[in-house]
Amino acid sequence: MLQTTTRQLTLAQAINSALRRALQDDDKVLLLGEDIGKLGGVFRVTDGLQADFGSDRVMDAPLAESGIIGTAVGLAYRGYRTVCEIQFDGFIYPGFDQIVAQVAKLHYRTQGAVKMPITLRVPFGGGIGAVEHHSESPEAYFAHTAGLRVVSPSNPQDAHTMLRAAIASDDPVLFFEPKRRYWAKGPVDEDAPGDIEHAAVVTAGTDVTLVTYGALVGVARDAAAAAAEDGVSIEVIDLRSLSPIDFDTVERSVRKTGRLVISHEAQQFAGLGAEIAASVTERCFDYLDHAPVRVTGFDTPYPPSALEEYFLPDLDRMLDGVDRALRKPNSLTDWTANA
Amino acid sequence: MPTTVSKDFRLTESHIRQEDVVQLVTPAGARVANPTFDPWVDDVGADQLASFYEDMVLVRRIDTEATALQRQGELGLWPPLLGQEAAQIGSARALRSDDFAFTSYREHAVAWCRGVALPDLLRMWRGTAASGWNPYDVNVAAPAIIIGAQTLHATGYALGCRKDGVDTVAIAYFGDGATSEGDVNEAMVFAASFQAPVVFFCENNQWAISEPVGVQARNHIADRAPGFGIPSLRVDGNDVLAVHAATRVALERARSGGGPTFIEAVTYRMGPHTTSDDPTRYRDPDELATWQGRDPIARIGLLLEGLDVDVEALDRAVNAKADETARALRAGCVALAAPEPLSVFDNVFTGPHSWLDRQRSQYAAYLAQFDEEA
Repeated sequence: MLQTTTRQLTLAQAINSALRRALQDDDKVLLLGEDIGKLGGVFRVTDGLQADFGSDRVMDAPLAESGIIGTAVGLAYRGYRTVCEIQFDGFIYPGFDQIVAQVAKLHYRTQGAVKMPITLRVPFGGGIGAVEHHSESPEAYFAHTAGLRVVSPSNPQDAHTMLRAAIASDDPVLFFEPKRRYWAKGPVDEDAPGDIEHAAVVTAGTDVTLVTYGALVGVARDAAAAAAEDGVSIEVIDLRSLSPIDFDTVERSVRKTGRLVISHEAQQFAGLGAEIAASVTERCFDYLDHAPVRVTGFDTPYPPSALEEYFLPDLDRMLDGVDRALRKPNSLTDWTANA
Repeated sequence: MPTTVSKDFRLTESHIRQEDVVQLVTPAGARVANPTFDPWVDDVGADQLASFYEDMVLVRRIDTEATALQRQGELGLWPPLLGQEAAQIGSARALRSDDFAFTSYREHAVAWCRGVALPDLLRMWRGTAASGWNPYDVNVAAPAIIIGAQTLHATGYALGCRKDGVDTVAIAYFGDGATSEGDVNEAMVFAASFQAPVVFFCENNQWAISEPVGVQARNHIADRAPGFGIPSLRVDGNDVLAVHAATRVALERARSGGGPTFIEAVTYRMGPHTTSDDPTRYRDPDELATWQGRDPIARIGLLLEGLDVDVEALDRAVNAKADETARALRAGCVALAAPEPLSVFDNVFTGPHSWLDRQRSQYAAYLAQFDEEA
């Protein structure tokens, strides 16, 4: 019988062990970010790594996101695989130019001569009562950019294997870590194969397909359990890869259920939900019994923490969306735009 | 209590400090003795100077021919280097073959010195490719159009060289306008913190399109670097010998573990920003005339005459070579064909990609209709 190496780890520990394995397996792997050395990062995700691998491989960076990413570009030219930690989602914007104008395009610009195997780790999303710029979901900006892969794990197992796959990928990868799940524990088999291509069906169902990712996967699973008590069968899909999206898996589910609900924390307008709704409609219009429904953050700035429980999709809002897809009485039944 | 600092407090390495712009050859072609820099170019004799002269004439001809090709509709755009030949040749000829240059879009002479093939100089400007050459063939990165972005890439590359335990150096070329960009300042922070073996080579050509350098900096640009902990020097960018000496100093510092150096090469963009620009709208013709009197090529011709070189014969040979180079450039340019339509999808990613592969397949089906009609 094969010996299994499964351990119970928090999501943060699963990422830490993935970084450790990547540093062990490939001496071209470097870590670069603010406070990732002695402190181990503000979320302690890189705890102990500088002590074990040295400050030449686990580097505290000056406080400059463009500098971190641009330096990683130069290191990539030289054959290094740099894993950059962007301290918080809302801090990534100073590095936006280097990401979209350089990291994303250099392989294309050089007709394949120069690879950019850069992984950008970004703690993202809300729900931790933080101040402004610490709870954002900027993934759509990057999903819109040609040349980038964008992924987000929802559990410790995926966090480990997907990060190792992201680091091993010769494409640049934006790795969005659901920060409010950092402390959630789960089994992790460090030898499980990595996959940053495919969505996962989290709970099988027959009435409604509920597509989400990151921290909301747990909420969706709870919503599915609650709906099951009312006799509604929800199939929850964890996208895992946000660009490209595994539309084959989503389409297969929607052909079965005929109803699609998409949920993300990010603002709705021109968000991933819009792309999923459009693409699924294009692919299997004839199988849809209802227009796709979106349950998302509002098109406002991320609010002060006392308001975030209203901004963030929760179990009840997801089930309200499910009711809309099922044409059951819901919050909009008697709503009109001119009321 | 206020601290008194000496005028030169920022200059940590006096051996590269000069009171003013370093100049070894005057515009009149006179060799100026300089005990600090002379030892760095004492091996540069008449033959080597003649070879710099030849390179400068050739790249000026390449530049003229490319401008003509743009006017004739063969190129979409061309950013002339006219006036900056010495800054680029003098520095690039100081590089070792394994050193790596990260340039802006005007460093045609750097590319030339590194052995970039003639048509490859034009590929991007003709629109047949997003960049002209494989960076690893010539150790010159794909030119950066985003101003200043490449300075960080050079810093990262240099950091990689240090990690690899080699004495290879990265050099970043950028203009006076770029020094206002955050990336250039961040690059200096990173380079200083990590003591990266990188040379920051600023071609201060006095103009950022229509903005004079005074819009970017009230003091000398070189004076900024010491604030980052990076020694700097100003050099006459139209003096190929002075540029060569200064670059050798900076390269040696980097190679021997001394970290980054900042060079401000004071030069002049004699032409427009690009073939789309009209400098008569913003530039005083007298200023251009002044700088034409400081021409980088003319002064080396005069210097060579003083060294008893037969410059007439040299000119005949160099001009014949320039004519041949221009012919080859033109022939190479018009032979650059547009790539086939589906190649628009190539190299976005390093391997399969479910979304893009599907889009490509659908566009192929669209294109196939026309094959069937034909």
